[in-house]
Amino acid sequence: MSWRDGVALVLVLTIMLLVGLNARHLFEPFTAVHQPPISLSPSALPGYALRTTLRMFAALAASLFFTLTYATLAAKSRRAGTVLIPLLDVLQSVPILGYLSFTVVFFVSLFPGKMLGPELAAVFAIFTSQAWNMTFSFYQSLRTVPTDLEEVSRSLRLTGWQRFWRLEVPFAMPGLVWNTMVSMSGGWFFVVASESIAVGALQIKLPGIGSYVATAIEDRNFGAIGWAILTMAIVILIYDQLFFRPLVAWADKYRVGTTAAQIVPRSWLLDLFKKARVVDELWSPIASALDRVGRARMVFAHRPTAVRGPRTPTRVVDVLWYLAVAALAAYLIWRLQEFAAGHIGWQDVRTVAAAGALTLLRVIVLIAIATVIWVPIGVAVGLRPKLAARVQPIAQLLASFPANLLFPIAVVAIVHFHLAPAIWLSPLMILGTQWYILFNVIAGSAAFPADLREAAASFRIHGWRWWRYVALPGIFPYYVTGAVTASGGAWNASIVAEVARWGSTTLDAGGLGSYIARMTTAGDFPRIALGIATMSFIVVCLNRLIWRPLYGYAERRTRLD
Amino acid sequence: MDTRNGERVLTEAKTPATSHIIDLEHVSMSYAKPNGEPLVVLDDISCSLRSGEILGLLGRSGSGKSTLLRIAAGLLAPTKGNAFYRGAPLRGPAEGIAVVFQTFALFPWLTVLENVMTSLDALGVPRERARVRALSAIGEIGLTGFEGAYPRELSGGMRQRVGFARALVIDPAALLMDEPFSALDVLTAESLRTDFIDVWLGQQCPIDSVLLVTHNIEEAVLLCDRVIVISSKPGRISAEIPIDLKYPRNRFDGNFREIVENIYSILTARTALSLKEMRALGGGVMQPLPNVSPYAIERVIEKLAGPPIDGRVKLSTIAHPLLPHVDNILTVAEVLPILEFAELSDGQLQLTPAGRIFATSDPEERKRLFKEHLLNFVPLAGHIVNVLQERKGHRAPRIRFKAELEDSLSADDAETTLRTIINWGRYAELFSYDDRTRTFILGASPDLVAS
Repeated sequence: MSWRDGVALVLVLTIMLLVGLNARHLFEPFTAVHQPPISLSPSALPGYALRTTLRMFAALAASLFFTLTYATLAAKSRRAGTVLIPLLDVLQSVPILGYLSFTVVFFVSLFPGKMLGPELAAVFAIFTSQAWNMTFSFYQSLRTVPTDLEEVSRSLRLTGWQRFWRLEVPFAMPGLVWNTMVSMSGGWFFVVASESIAVGALQIKLPGIGSYVATAIEDRNFGAIGWAILTMAIVILIYDQLFFRPLVAWADKYRVGTTAAQIVPRSWLLDLFKKARVVDELWSPIASALDRVGRARMVFAHRPTAVRGPRTPTRVVDVLWYLAVAALAAYLIWRLQEFAAGHIGWQDVRTVAAAGALTLLRVIVLIAIATVIWVPIGVAVGLRPKLAARVQPIAQLLASFPANLLFPIAVVAIVHFHLAPAIWLSPLMILGTQWYILFNVIAGSAAFPADLREAAASFRIHGWRWWRYVALPGIFPYYVTGAVTASGGAWNASIVAEVARWGSTTLDAGGLGSYIARMTTAGDFPRIALGIATMSFIVVCLNRLIWRPLYGYAERRTRLD
Repeated sequence: MDTRNGERVLTEAKTPATSHIIDLEHVSMSYAKPNGEPLVVLDDISCSLRSGEILGLLGRSGSGKSTLLRIAAGLLAPTKGNAFYRGAPLRGPAEGIAVVFQTFALFPWLTVLENVMTSLDALGVPRERARVRALSAIGEIGLTGFEGAYPRELSGGMRQRVGFARALVIDPAALLMDEPFSALDVLTAESLRTDFIDVWLGQQCPIDSVLLVTHNIEEAVLLCDRVIVISSKPGRISAEIPIDLKYPRNRFDGNFREIVENIYSILTARTALSLKEMRALGGGVMQPLPNVSPYAIERVIEKLAGPPIDGRVKLSTIAHPLLPHVDNILTVAEVLPILEFAELSDGQLQLTPAGRIFATSDPEERKRLFKEHLLNFVPLAGHIVNVLQERKGHRAPRIRFKAELEDSLSADDAETTLRTIINWGRYAELFSYDDRTRTFILGASPDLVAS
């Protein structure tokens, strides 16, 4: 962990904490928020599903806007980049569900007595689950724009605006679409979790599928939960067919590779739209307007200039800039220290550390189990192209299904069979994210070079040696990608998975997620902050000490050039 | 392609050759090395691109000729000196300058037509007008029918045609071409060269002057009115050669061959000289080594020693058509003198006695000879062995040597040199290298010892 991450960690957590705390004071007089009651009738579900989906897309729009601006700023300004990027890295590791309590309080107090506050809080929660990896992907793309294309845009004297839409956005498109897909998949989980939240005395239930399930749990209504799962499954199917497939099929033309793809993504909807006259007539004025905007020079008093050779960095400004950042960090640390001194003792730190260790153990064991199960299956599926083409979309669908809707079923089973919650609640943490391992491994083994497979077969490499020397090294980079996502998701999910309710029965598995959840219910802000800080710290450490080196290793060892 | 009723106009007939399109005055370019010292890529270069001419910039890879083109294009600003376009200082890409890139640099997400139209967007040409001009440029370069195709559907030659159309569509006063044919196969490159010359000689050709950067000597002599030879490290003008042959030129013509041989002599004289300078300075640990595998060295020595050549050869005669890219043969020709397996003078390569022995030896003996020469004549190899002997466990991390090399070489050169010395060391079983731990190990590979 570098000093940059440390500074970023402090900045993020302290700002969150201060905003949340001050917002709490603002908000205290306004406890009454008018909320419509949640109906458990199945006929109410389509309406709720629509509300939930709208929140999702509102957050997606916000994430896209954030991505295009934040990443551009970070990539174009060296100085901004040195602060913005570590910040983003930490934001990515902070458990979203953990700071929901802060943001809810903040937004509610921003619009007292109105539903807009909680709505914005929910959208913000989804936004925070989507934006970071999209931004990272866009930033990486901006930094790796091929030199020749960059030079040709300058030599053609495209303006910054034209270059952005002609070169940078198209170049970033495949990564952006892929990350949007991953984000959206994760988003369903958070939209469900953020609709119904209780912080201390403040109870919020926004009309939506998440609140529907929460109400069903309170009422111990098993049938309603079944309806909610069914509705969600239909919503996800529709979203996949009407939104995602067309998007992926459309984005295929932005692939930079010079060869044809093995599998060209297709979408019946996109084909229909391309062929349909009506759509064409409706769309073409919009398209040409967009085209005009993209082609516009958007320059008023500016001439493109040559890169002034190797520019010598202006040291003085650099020093000032770093001093400013350091001063801000120091101030925040001081505030944090001052704040913690009154509330948190060493006893709390010990409790949180023990809880963190427990959750860490769970994540490790669960990832190991998921690996043992899904890697062989993924390899087997990936090597059969026809089967892979069928299984891959299913795995992706499963990954986007919000696993928290399934929690009540597990809870009922645990209660019914008197199982130990500390063990049997754990699998819920990875229920939704294990699919990332599966579909990345499938993708990896499907991309495995045919000549290497044939070589292995012709030299009769079988059994353990085949796995050790052929299959596992081949899929390793893909596996790491999947496992990083799965483990990150498991940490987040621990906040909703380690404590579960069924009516008045509460199951508590212990651990850091459960600690944060309990403190949220109690409205104990200093301890929520302590829990989040610890979790962020562990996740950042894991990324730095385990995942990133593994990734580097995978890149170096499995590259043929 | 349209040859305009067979009319061929000689270049002299274009505009009077007095007006200058681009002038470079005392241009130098240097980059900062990790230790802060400047690494000079171009050293005090002055030249002009005149109206009505095709000027060739010829040099080895790494001679900075592409950097010079980028300075002339306004894509890079020189660290010293000035670039002028039509007499005015050049600040950034100018309106009448178009660039054709080695890698084509087409936007993969745009169709052929859209790619060509992009040039006009920056000029603010209205859409319909841009479309008409783009279609006409596509027609001129022989791509009619492919307007709607995406670059990935096209072959390399067709992609470069799109690159030309994109440059032609803005009616450039100066067309700057950075190795435009070197990513293409021999036949495709030849047909594109011919077509380019046809466009250039055509009466309606909007291009006023062309700057062609290449490392292919024959290509330069085939296309250019004037060739400037640039030496490597740092890049300096080492010769300027006018070529007064009429188009279309014939590769087998006596005058053509004479010019080609002359240029070979100039290039190799520089190489031999720089090797002498390096030896004279002692040290030589920091000598950059080109990436040539020991097996390529074996093959070339065998060829040189074989019957038709018998140990002494003019480079220009083996370069074509065996190895169309002068770079390959020149690179090997540079390595053999470093290892004292051959001598280089006047464009001729002659095997040394050691080289002759090497050619007739068995593999074991070759390795022994190579090892001996490596230790005696490549100071870096001796240096690595010394360091490994001093160190505990006879191991040293790669980064140690990399950092040392980067003190006087560019990062790319340091990397190439390190890769080359690793290959040579492995071949000679002098030292080995473990990429997992990124360390050098004295002696043959541990794998070999274990068995």
